[in-house]
Amino acid sequence: MINKVVGTFDEAVSDIKDGATLLVGGFGGPAECPSYLIAAIARKAVKDLTIVGNSGGWGTAFMEALIKRMASIAKFPPDFYDLGLIVERGQVKKGIIAFPAAIGGIHTPFEKKVMNNEVELELVGQGTIAERIRAARAGIAAFYTPVGVGTFVGEGKEVREFDGRKYLLERALKADASLIRAHKADRYGNLVYKGSARTFNATMAGASTVTIAEVEEVVELGALDPEHIVTPGLYVQRVVVRPRGPQPWDKPM
Amino acid sequence: MAGERLDERAIALCAIREFKDGDIVNLGVGIPTLCGTFIPPDKEILFHSENGIIGFGEIIEDPERASLNLINAGAQPVAYKPGMVIVDHAESFSIILGGHIDITVLGAFQVSEKGDLANNIMPGKQVGSLGGAQDLAFCAKKVIVTMTHTDKHGRPKILKNCTSRITAPECVDLIVTDVAVIEVTGRGLLLREVAPGWTAEEVQALTEPRLIVSPELKEMGLL
Repeated sequence: MINKVVGTFDEAVSDIKDGATLLVGGFGGPAECPSYLIAAIARKAVKDLTIVGNSGGWGTAFMEALIKRMASIAKFPPDFYDLGLIVERGQVKKGIIAFPAAIGGIHTPFEKKVMNNEVELELVGQGTIAERIRAARAGIAAFYTPVGVGTFVGEGKEVREFDGRKYLLERALKADASLIRAHKADRYGNLVYKGSARTFNATMAGASTVTIAEVEEVVELGALDPEHIVTPGLYVQRVVVRPRGPQPWDKPM
Repeated sequence: MAGERLDERAIALCAIREFKDGDIVNLGVGIPTLCGTFIPPDKEILFHSENGIIGFGEIIEDPERASLNLINAGAQPVAYKPGMVIVDHAESFSIILGGHIDITVLGAFQVSEKGDLANNIMPGKQVGSLGGAQDLAFCAKKVIVTMTHTDKHGRPKILKNCTSRITAPECVDLIVTDVAVIEVTGRGLLLREVAPGWTAEEVQALTEPRLIVSPELKEMGLL
């Protein structure tokens, strides 16, 4: 019998080791962020991680201010734990990130660590990150993209011309684990997402040795319409259900 | 004495004139985002956002109505709209790299005479961000920059060569600022329009490279 549902977040991340490379889903808001998986990584206190994602996160230092700033636009939940949490705790040695720097005069925890040479940054645009991940999932070793030719992104990379246009060689980005957020799962690991929370989550599913999905709900096999399933379960190794109400990040669960 | 500078909303309105009925348009953060709010009713424009939503509705600024499950690339909640589509990030950028975006409107710290775009590292910052701007700048069919004509110290942002690290070379087609509309052409920068009360000479004084003044120079207007 196939059953990918595991009982706890701690169990879901139990085999993630020091030095692991993690693809972490989400975009920038709480709805698409695998908050409880990130919290479990923080509790596990693994170190020297390489993180791959859109942003390096806000962390706990800015979260209160961010929630206040957003209050006139949207209600942020109190259990929004982004990559900033594990960055602040010194667990990250490198980030492959598209949006590491905050807009305006403030500095995110990730940005500060990069400025202090405590964290290495590989700044890559979203399209190249997404395609490097998609390539890893699809077994493609590398690909040529027009994006970045003649800029700092292209430094040291092979340039080749096809039909009169220059392209950069970019390598697939395979990782040890993908931590993703989805809306509903069944026991096969089939996933559907909710609205714009699909984003990098669906892209990262299947691109790592282990894909772990944090979901709102597990439904009976057959309850998800096969026409509407976005991520086939074969890309997913573990599914773990979010708590019904907000929980502190440091509570074992 | 030059006229007043246009506000952000007026800059956005001038950029919107470039949108054609049926265009697929991607808007950056800041002034570009305002371009989504004043679309004339006779034009149907489908907005694409990097995080994978296409054909979404207006920005919602009421926390009672906003859903965190429908946000744009600036993380602002937007409205559901019939005909809307949601895709994942890889598909969203296949749309961009495949040349399916008709127009992108982006902000900039600097633009060069040749249309080089610099918008990935804020002046005074050590760490920059690319987001989806580089993909858009390289691959959208038309790149429009909306920005203030000068920086906060009054220095030109349109330069012979960018001093800030560039996001994409020779990609900008049109620059819409608070004092002028300038087209990047093979012959150089063509000054097409000036803000009300401004002369070509006054715009030139705030611009480093030499401007070619269009024989049909007009006042920036909404039509």
